[in-house]
Amino acid sequence: MASEKRVVFKSGWLPWALLAPQAVVIAVFFFWPAAQALLQSLQQSDAFGTSVEWVGLENFRNLWNDPTYLASFKTTAIFSVLVAVLGLALSLMLAIFADRVIKGAAFYKTLLIWPYAVAPAVAGVLWLFMFAPGMGIVSYALGAAGFEWNHLLNGTHAMTLIVMAAVWKQISYNFLFFLAGLQSIPKSLIEAAAIDGARPWRRFWTMQLPLLSPTTFFLLVINIVYAFFDTFAIVDAATKGGPGKDTSILVYKVYYDGFKAMDLGGSAAQSVVLMVIVVALTVVQFRFVEKKVNYQ
Amino acid sequence: MKSVSLALGAATLTAAFALPAFAQTEIQWWHSMTAVNGEWVNDLAKEFNAKQTQYKIVPTYKGSYDESMTAAVAAFRAGNAPHILQVFEVGTATMMASKGAIVPVGKVMKDAGEKFDPSAYVSAVAGYYTALNGQMLSFPFNSSTTVFYYNKDAFKAAGLDPEKAPATWPEVTLAAAKLKASGHKCPISLAWQGWTQLESFSAWHNVEFATKGNGLGGLDARMKINSPLHVRHIENLANMAKQGLFVYKGRANVPEASFISGECAMMTTSSGFYGNVKKNAKFAYGIAPLPYYPDAPGAPQNTVIGGASLWVMSGKKPEEYKGIAAFFTYLSSPEVQSASHKRTGYLPITTAAYQLTEQSGFYKENPGTDVAVNQMIRKTTDKSRGIRLGNYVQIRTIEDEELEQVWGGKKTAKEALDSIVQRGNELLERFEKANKS
Repeated sequence: MASEKRVVFKSGWLPWALLAPQAVVIAVFFFWPAAQALLQSLQQSDAFGTSVEWVGLENFRNLWNDPTYLASFKTTAIFSVLVAVLGLALSLMLAIFADRVIKGAAFYKTLLIWPYAVAPAVAGVLWLFMFAPGMGIVSYALGAAGFEWNHLLNGTHAMTLIVMAAVWKQISYNFLFFLAGLQSIPKSLIEAAAIDGARPWRRFWTMQLPLLSPTTFFLLVINIVYAFFDTFAIVDAATKGGPGKDTSILVYKVYYDGFKAMDLGGSAAQSVVLMVIVVALTVVQFRFVEKKVNYQ
Repeated sequence: MKSVSLALGAATLTAAFALPAFAQTEIQWWHSMTAVNGEWVNDLAKEFNAKQTQYKIVPTYKGSYDESMTAAVAAFRAGNAPHILQVFEVGTATMMASKGAIVPVGKVMKDAGEKFDPSAYVSAVAGYYTALNGQMLSFPFNSSTTVFYYNKDAFKAAGLDPEKAPATWPEVTLAAAKLKASGHKCPISLAWQGWTQLESFSAWHNVEFATKGNGLGGLDARMKINSPLHVRHIENLANMAKQGLFVYKGRANVPEASFISGECAMMTTSSGFYGNVKKNAKFAYGIAPLPYYPDAPGAPQNTVIGGASLWVMSGKKPEEYKGIAAFFTYLSSPEVQSASHKRTGYLPITTAAYQLTEQSGFYKENPGTDVAVNQMIRKTTDKSRGIRLGNYVQIRTIEDEELEQVWGGKKTAKEALDSIVQRGNELLERFEKANKS
């Protein structure tokens, strides 16, 4: 260890100067808005901001006193877990198949990456069209098969619809990372296992999956954040949070209260709550889940 | 001192050069009208600009009603709001409460010395946009109300009289049952369910939607829509939903497509739907007044206003306000209003415009177009003048959420209406608190 070469900056200001651009970007685009949200969560004002009043924690108290807000934590948990688990499982499966394909691999891969280029709102509308009760292709086919699809009044159907749209939208991203991960596993390892008599299934569970764990962990964090923050457009386009509040996830309410109802104080308070949850989740993931991750 | 006088001199010079020939004052007008109605707005501006040279109205489409309002809020905070902003009726209370951001239309007209008579307007329209002190706050522009549409071909096929629309809810139920028996999958659906089945329903039956004259009388209004008549109506609709007579097709105006396609035979929605039906429906259709309960005292009264009005934003130059006033005077003329009414299906908002339209024989040539007008030009009561509540956008959503649970069989009518009242009142209390001054 002693022979390790260490590079040390002699000047006191140079490292700071080199860090400055990045620090400025983070400050302007992350800390500044976050601080704004924090400030606004303590205020109430009319829509145009002509009269601003400091109300302390009242916006937060209003949230705790709203049973529908508390209920949407459960909705969000169900939605996020479904999106993350299904999204990861399906894309891992696709990546494994794509990894084994020899002919026309580029073609399959390109097709699988396409959905990522679709905007969330468009994804929501696409799925909505397919499942529109009475009119959509899929709901029509389901009806013909004796299954009555109606996400307008059935909460489970509505949840299924937005989970499908959200998963579909994110599959490409996960797929890319899984595929890259799979391809970076040395072929010789797999071949050695095969010679030792391990069948594909066993090779997957005992070798590929553990070796993929850094990728899986990274994607888990990304997918949870995606489900929490980036899905409001899908909800807005497909269900508007309905029926009732059955698909009203936390971030959709933030968007709705802030941009549609123009209750900036209430919306800011919800963003702060959301921020705290995601920070907490990320900490948990890094402290506990990451211990099981094998970085080699 | 020298620099001051120099600057002054320079300013006078520029003013002297700039003013005479090209001093056309530009007035920005943000609106939310698309397609046919967007062309209408552009034509209004073009015509006004051609009539005089002093002012130039520049209409800009800024997205749907809620989008353009959000855009205006952002622009106002950044110091470059438009001069005129079109705001939908549910945003009215919010605009009224934002005193620093707007200038009352009454004041704009008075300061500019334009003749402006609020009593020329249909009272249900003018009353809605007028403050407690009698000052008109915004300029009524495109107003609509709720009416009943039905598919005459479907009525004929079901053995119903296509020339006689069901006038009462019991008759609607009977017609729906016949339609269903004749194989119709969706006898009736309801667009804008909160607006048509709770708000307009209340005014139409002369029952309170909220206290304080439905909110027109002050910010301390509270909701009252869990009355026996409301419960009875929602229960009735829930039963129809259970029997497949009423089919839920979604929030806002989403259900309208199922009327145009012929899937649903009857529908309650905005009178502004007329243009779309006229252009796209491949069947004979009829327009009729909203159904009512014949045993409810005072029904039918009048229905409530929808649509939007024009708000004047604060912080502009006196010259610009003069231009706005001149433009509003132009828009108020009976000729312009009557032409707009015929073109768009929106209500004629002055009595003179209505009379002019009637004289032209338009209603005779286009049967059904006078239904909305007749529902609106009646003498209003304290319970029917209109509904103006704070946080109304959210209250509409609450109405949607709770009604969906009734149609889905998860809540009884009473439970859902109680819940709307309770959740709505919390929002009203919050709005009152945030806007006290």
